Amino acid sequence: MAVDKFPIEASHILMFARSIGDDNQIYYDADYAAGTEPGSVIAPPTFAQSSAQFDPNYFLRPKIGEDWFGSGKEPTGVKKKEGGSGGGGGGGGGLHAEQHFEYHRHLKPGDVLTAETKPGKTWEKESKRAGKLMFSESVTEYRDQNGELVITATGVGVRTERPVDQ
Amino acid sequence: MALKVSELKVGDTYSECLVEDLKRTQIVQYAGSSGDYNPLHTDEVFTTKVAGYPSVFAHGMLTMGMTGRMVTNYVGDGRLTKYGVRFTNQVWPGDTLNSTATVESVENNIVRLALETKNQDGATVLSGYAEARVDD
Repeated sequence: MAVDKFPIEASHILMFARSIGDDNQIYYDADYAAGTEPGSVIAPPTFAQSSAQFDPNYFLRPKIGEDWFGSGKEPTGVKKKEGGSGGGGGGGGGLHAEQHFEYHRHLKPGDVLTAETKPGKTWEKESKRAGKLMFSESVTEYRDQNGELVITATGVGVRTERPVDQ
Repeated sequence: MALKVSELKVGDTYSECLVEDLKRTQIVQYAGSSGDYNPLHTDEVFTTKVAGYPSVFAHGMLTMGMTGRMVTNYVGDGRLTKYGVRFTNQVWPGDTLNSTATVESVENNIVRLALETKNQDGATVLSGYAEARVDD
């Protein structure tokens, strides 16, 4: 993933906070936030993940004129490739296994970030509930409009041999 | 609102209920705000018929986001320096989640917390850690 411009916007922070059920005023009320230690509206700790909105190639967002693997008339809009590799938990690019954030400072409306992702380690593990697990790590550095590192995010994804047993 | 070193002891805990009876609509809300439109989270037809799961399930990042709310309610706004988790079980519509932070250490004005979020059956769905600045 590479994101050239991730503008941190107040209405996006408001919607994000609502979606995680967080009604903390610091996420939507600039007057209230001015009197707090951060001194302004800030973004919730996991907000950086929504940089996906600004990644032009993000594969988990339907795109105009392209096939989408979710259901429409049929259960999936994409024909399964014969002998395709990796069940990925049955499609959808696998599951999220771990996520780590390191905060150098907190995001606020008006910031404009860039994000650059580099691949990290990969490893495999055998599991009873889902067969072979294939883990891969990626490290994303978020920098602000001054080029300062603001958040380092490390994600670990896992592809499973078959859907996880319930 | 911020925590003070003098008021913290190793083993102290703070807990919150993150959500009762998680609704599919909240998962849809999270898809919209985060931009992660993976059908596994919102498309019951795809998820049951193609992916082979019993129903849609929550984004791990929704559980991490809700757990983060518990953490920031405890340590105060703008205080987090690190926050990391492992997703150990899936979270399903209808789940009720409770989350607990336990103080592991307090050193150099940084508190380290162990985090655990469990569902209504007592299964751990998320485990992790957070570090935050605390006052003298």
